Amino acid sequence: MSGAEVGLALSVFLACAVEAVEALTIVLAVGFTRSWRSAFIGVGAAIVLLAAVTAGLGPALTSLPINALRVVVGGLLLVFGLQWLRKAILRASGLKARHDESAAFEEERLAAGGAGVVQTGFDGYSFTVAFKGVFLEGLEVVFIVLTFGSNQHRIGLAAGAAAVAVALVILAGIAIHAPLSRVPENTMKFGVGVMLTSFGMFWGAEGAGAHWPAGDGALLAIIPVTLVLAVGMVVALRRRAAGAAPAALGEEKAVHA
Amino acid sequence: MRWAESLLRFAWDFVVGDDWRIAVGVVLALALTALVAGSSVAAWWILPVAALALLAFSVWRAARPRG
Repeated sequence: MSGAEVGLALSVFLACAVEAVEALTIVLAVGFTRSWRSAFIGVGAAIVLLAAVTAGLGPALTSLPINALRVVVGGLLLVFGLQWLRKAILRASGLKARHDESAAFEEERLAAGGAGVVQTGFDGYSFTVAFKGVFLEGLEVVFIVLTFGSNQHRIGLAAGAAAVAVALVILAGIAIHAPLSRVPENTMKFGVGVMLTSFGMFWGAEGAGAHWPAGDGALLAIIPVTLVLAVGMVVALRRRAAGAAPAALGEEKAVHA
Repeated sequence: MRWAESLLRFAWDFVVGDDWRIAVGVVLALALTALVAGSSVAAWWILPVAALALLAFSVWRAARPRG
């Protein structure tokens, strides 16, 4: 396996694990509070719809000429990765609330408990919340698998890494019967942001006609440089925040997204 | 038409996210890379420099003190 393929598998695995942990929290909350049966039907329906989206988009992407594919997918991945990294930097520097699975579980559980009487048989609330949670988190997984996989013509490898991540999260959820709040989600998101941004820059520039010095080997410089600069931004923001009144800093302190 | 509007809003939020300037900047940087790549000048450095500058600018905007 080449270095780029290891990077692909690792990025997809981490991104999918993070999304699966978030989806699991939602399903557990409605399952414990209302109806497991309806929640599982919602999960199944979301998986069917995600499969349909993958089947529709996958062949369309892979049929594009390689340079058009790289510029489109590299650009999308770069925009997507920069947004992930921006959020991760703001979280790591204390300017945005960190994602906390225990708090998210409690929030979902309270909302589910307050959503009226649980229907016997099919519970529409459990179905809808589980469906939406799995579909929206899953859509990010599909996007990452298709963009990474199609660019390197290794959709099988990307799908395999995603499947292993989701399976591990489900097994851990079954084993502990609680949200996976001990998974270092915020650190993993930081890492995924660095990888998405780095691969986006690499493929985007190649697709636009640029030639990287050292070819694929350029990734060995792009990834560490991106990581060091992102960590540098966190350090600078923490230092600045330490010397300023907390209430005066930042627009996104209370945001949980 | 409401579902189409919701779908567009969702697609916008999904890809573009919290700061639209990042998306616009990336598109411009890709166009500049393609333009420069067509000449004899090396163009590989444009996208990394632009992307990391956009990130720093966006983070700085989100973190700046509020009056």
